[in-house]
Formats: sequence, C-alpha cells, structure tokens
Amino acid sequence: MITIKDLHKSYTMGTNSLHVLKGINFSVQEGELVSIMGSSGSGKSTLLNILGMLDEADQGSYTLDGVPIKNLNEKIAAQYRNKFLGFIFQSFNLINYKSALDNVGMPLYYQGMKRKERTDKAMAYLEKVGLANWAHHMPNELSGGQKQRVAIARALASDPKVLLADEPTGALDTKTSYEVMDLIQGINDEGKTILIVTHEDDIAHMTKRIVNLKDGLIIDDAPVNQVRAASHV
Amino acid sequence: MFSLERWQEILETISKNKLRTFLTGLSVASGIFILVILLGFGQGMQNGISAEFQRDAANRISVYSGVTSMGYKGLNPGRFIEMTNDDYNYLVSKYEDDIEFKSSIYRVWSGTLNYGDESGSYRVEGVYPDYQFLENEDLVAGRYINYDDQKLKSKIMIIGNKVKQDLFGSKEAVGEYVQINGINFKVVGVYSDPGGEREETRVFVPLSTSQRVFGGSDKVRNLGFTLKPQENFQDALAQSLQFSAEIEEFLKERHLVAPEDTSAINVNNTLENAKRFYDLIGMIKTFFWVVGICTIIAGVVGVSNIMLIIVKERTKEIGIRKALGAQPLSIIGMILHESIFVTAIAGFTGLILSMALLEVLGPNMQMDYIKNPSVNFNVAITTVFILVLAGALAGFVPAWRAARIKPITALREE
Ligand SMILES: Nc1ncnc2c1ncn2[C@@H]1O[C@H](COP(=O)(O)OP(=O)(O)OP(=O)(O)O)[C@@H](O)[C@H]1O
Ligand SMILES: [Mg+2]
Repeated sequence: MITIKDLHKSYTMGTNSLHVLKGINFSVQEGELVSIMGSSGSGKSTLLNILGMLDEADQGSYTLDGVPIKNLNEKIAAQYRNKFLGFIFQSFNLINYKSALDNVGMPLYYQGMKRKERTDKAMAYLEKVGLANWAHHMPNELSGGQKQRVAIARALASDPKVLLADEPTGALDTKTSYEVMDLIQGINDEGKTILIVTHEDDIAHMTKRIVNLKDGLIIDDAPVNQVRAASHV
Repeated sequence: MFSLERWQEILETISKNKLRTFLTGLSVASGIFILVILLGFGQGMQNGISAEFQRDAANRISVYSGVTSMGYKGLNPGRFIEMTNDDYNYLVSKYEDDIEFKSSIYRVWSGTLNYGDESGSYRVEGVYPDYQFLENEDLVAGRYINYDDQKLKSKIMIIGNKVKQDLFGSKEAVGEYVQINGINFKVVGVYSDPGGEREETRVFVPLSTSQRVFGGSDKVRNLGFTLKPQENFQDALAQSLQFSAEIEEFLKERHLVAPEDTSAINVNNTLENAKRFYDLIGMIKTFFWVVGICTIIAGVVGVSNIMLIIVKERTKEIGIRKALGAQPLSIIGMILHESIFVTAIAGFTGLILSMALLEVLGPNMQMDYIKNPSVNFNVAITTVFILVLAGALAGFVPAWRAARIKPITALREE
C-alpha cells in the first residue's frame, strides 16, 4: 500500500539547516496497523505529514497504492488527500462552528456529494463511532474522547485507503485512549490500513507492528502481538 | 461546486460567524450610507438655491435708486435719486426689441388693509401687467392687472395667498372690496408665488392708480425687466450684463450721478447672481463628492483589513479543509463568495437605509438653502457595485495567499 525509499527531509531556519529525516526506507501492506515510535524530535510527525501529502520530502520516492507521489501540484494533492487519506490529529482539528455531523460531512462536500446524501452518509459514520445522538452538537459541547471519535468518523467518511493518526490519544486520559484504540482496532479489523504515531508503549502494543525512529532513521521495525484494547476497557 | 452546495456552505458560515459578518457589513453599509447622505444634501442645496431663484424670474434685472454717496458736477452727495415714468418709458422704447417683460414699480410704504373686522399691514405696490411674470406669480383666482386698469386708473387690487388667508380665511376674495389706507379697492385676483409665504404677503395695484391715489405723481421706485430668451446661458448672460451696464450708465447720466457711485443707482442682475450661486453649488457638490469618495476609500480599506483578519483567523480552518481535500480554487472561491455576498448585502442595506432616510426627511426639511435632498439612484447603485468589487479585490489577495500556503503550515497555526 505504502512504499518509501531513501526519504530525506530538512528544515531550514535562517542560515541553519536541520536534517530531520535522513533516509527512511519502509513499506506498509494493505490492512496493516502500524505504530511509529521515537523520542521527541526524532521526526515522527514529519514522516507522517509527508505520507499525508501535507508536506513534501526533499528527496526519495513515495508510492501510495501504486501511484507515485511526486511533484504534485496543490490541486492534484488535494484530490489524492481526499481520495486516499484520512487524518486523525492529536488536537482533533474539528471546525469549531460546524456540528459533529457537518464536520464528518466535510470530506464528502469536497467530493462534490449532494447535501442529502452527505448527511446520510455522515450520520452512518457517526453511528459507527457511537455518537449518533451527538450529531447536532458543536465541537465545544463534546468531551475530548468524543471529539476524537468525531474526527475518526470524519477520517473514515471518504472511505480512504489509509488512515494517518498523529498521537490520536495524546490529549486523552488512559480510559478514553483505550476506547479510541478499541475503535481504531475495530476499523483495522475491517481491513483499513492505519498508521499511528505515538509516545506511549501501551498504545503501540495495541497495533500489530512497531517502527522505531531515532535521529531521522529507523532503528527498529518489528511485528508485535496485538493487545486488544477491549480487554482493558 | 458553484451551485446550491456552495451557497448553503456560505450561508451556514455567515450565520455561524455573526460578529465577523456584522463588522464587515457595518463598514460597508456605513460607507455607502454616508456617501448617499452627503450626495443627497449636495442635491438638496442645489434644489434649495434653485428655489431661491424661482421667487422671481430667473433672468430678472432690477433697478433701485438710493442716495448719492459722492458729489458730481457741483452737486453735493446725499441727494435722493428718484426715477420717473420718463426714465421707464425711454428705456422701454429704446430696448423694445430685447425686452420680454417689463414693469416699473411704485411702492406705498406700509399700506393698511381693512376688510370688515380684519385688518393688516402689507407691502402695497403699483405695477404694470407684466409684473406677474417678473415675480413668477401664478393666479389661483381671478385675473391679474391689465392695460385697461392702467389706462382707467381703476381701483382694483391683486392680493397674495397669505393676505387672502389673513383677511378672508376660507371665504371667496375676488369681487370683495378692501380698503387700503381708507380707500376702497376691489379684489380681482389672488396669486401664489414659488417663493412661499414671504412673497405672498404683498398687494398689487395698477401703477397709474398708485401714483395718483398715493401721491406718487410720476415717480417710480424700481424698474424690472427680463430679456428675451437666448440660445444658451452664455449668450443670455452676456446680453444681460451689457443691458444692465447700459441702463445703469443712462440712468446715472440722466440723474447726474457719478459713474463710480454705487449707491444711488443700483442694477441687480439675477442671472449674474445665479451664475455665481451655481458656481458655488458646483464647488460644494465637488467637495461633497471628494468627501464621499474618501469615505468609500475608507470603506474599501476597512473591508480589506477585515478580509485580512478573517483570512488570518481562518488559516487553521483552511489547513483543515485542505487536509480534507479542498482545492486552492475552492478556498479562494469560498472566501470571495462570502466577502462579495456580505459586502453586497451590506451595501444595499446602507443604500436602502440612507435613501429611506432622505425619502422621509427630505420633503420635510425646512432649512434655508436646503430643499428636498435626494440622490440619483444610478449613482448610488454604481457606488455600491464599486464597493463590492473593491471588497472582492481586497479579499482576493489574502484569499489567494491563504490558498497557496502549505496545509501543514496552515494547520500549525493557532
Ligand atoms: N516547520 C518546521 N520548521 C523547522 N523545524 C521544524 C519544523 N517542523 C519540525 N521541525 C523540527 O524537526 C524536528 C522533528 O520534528 P517532528 O515534529 O517530526 O518531531 P516528532 O518526532 O513528531 O516529535 P514529537 O514527539 O515531539 O511530536 C524537530 O526538531 C522540530 O523542531
Ligand atoms: Mg510529533
């Protein structure tokens, strides 16, 4: 599903240049649930953003579902993001003046779907994350866990090939984190490919494979025995 | 994307961000409002001053006499100059071809009118039949003085609407007898004057009658003329100025007044005054336009600033939308669509409010030199379009920039 080869990325700030990714090679098959770990500043988010086409690599190749991602203009990139990718952020990134339902419907709006169909579909996804009763609430009326579940519903709405989650449980307490992980595992069970950046060992062990980053390089990449979140809830 | 879906999205955004919408709208609406009111008052001043000139015929030339201010040919200053029927007759026959309407005037100082129990003090003047046109009067009842009255020295009178109200109330005035300083005159006509009440408190009798009855012999107080219409204003003005100068010279010579004496013989040329006033109105209107355009510029700057702030405030939202698949064009479209919609609505609101205000206040304005302020609708609507266009242009730059920033940069914004 994802193949990257010799990926490099540096940030320049004034005269200083910071080499963040120093040649990453890795691939993810369809249906995998992968966690990316590493100390703070090791380049996890940078990698995920490049995979999500929110940022560009300086060097190296990236293929997503057989499509080479290279020199995209903003228009094509937007299309690919809409079609291939779903994002889950640590800070949820819901649009604060839109209801849960309208937030979930956003990716569908950008697919050009009509309002009625959009609402039906968004409602189905909200049901899936257990928030059907909260559909017409504004984000500021929801708890952190609920917000993240809305964000997950939104990421799923366009039925993307890959879900990218940057510390999805970073802002949640343990119990809520496990509930969210339970949801993510369920989605993965249905066959969706998911990448999760996390700091937390217990979260990482709820995935099927852990990739360890250090100073811009992968130092460890191994499958793990998945711990079911449901057993903790 | 341009269709219903976009509209729904925009309306939703607007209704959920009321303060932002209100502030944008306010700056546009107040800009238009101020402009329209200013233009309205510019027009009102023009109307008011024009009305001032409608009191009398617009091209009237009046001659007054007074006291000499300097000695001349051995005569002392301080002589009172009185014009006579001969002066008038000479001028009328000399300029017969040029003159349209003409009259000399003999004024009876403080005429007291009595009718039954009612009485009042009014200006009584002896005039020729043409005086009606020199004063721009309309008859509301009866007839005006004619040449037979003049010849027969009839004791008839024409009274102003106000005089009629005072003496007769709602009763019929024509045919009644009213005493002027104890002498019976028959009312044959009632007139109205665009100059209003002030001009309708006067009483006219035939010139010949007034000279005989009120002891004027052959003296006249004023002369009044209008000249025949010319092709254009410039010609009329030139002819009028020349005529004024010539009669002034003639009268001064005849009455032994120094040519440079300005108080003994005074020729007042309405057309010349009118030109001066119209020039002044032109300047005032230009000034209002300049102020109005500055207001609009301030409005445009206001809208641009608000657009900049809005885009800045929405950077993160734009990042989120981009992450969800929004294309750069749809971002620009969203911001522009919203800004055009809001400025247009606000612009028309300002337009309608200000025009309504002019509509309500305008006809009731009782101020000197301001009458019925109103505004040309096309001008007003054009300014609204200009403002909307400017708002769109002002919104375009930040929108375009926002659409170009990398989603990750936008998302990092707090
Ligand atoms: N836009 C940027 N400009 C400059 N430097 C940046 C930028 N984004 C990230 N960096 C730097 O790149 C390095 C890697 O950042 P990244 O966000 O990928 O780390 P991370 O592994 O996700 O860390 P954390 O666990 O704290 O989220 C850090 O040193 C960071 O300071
Ligand atoms: Mg990070």
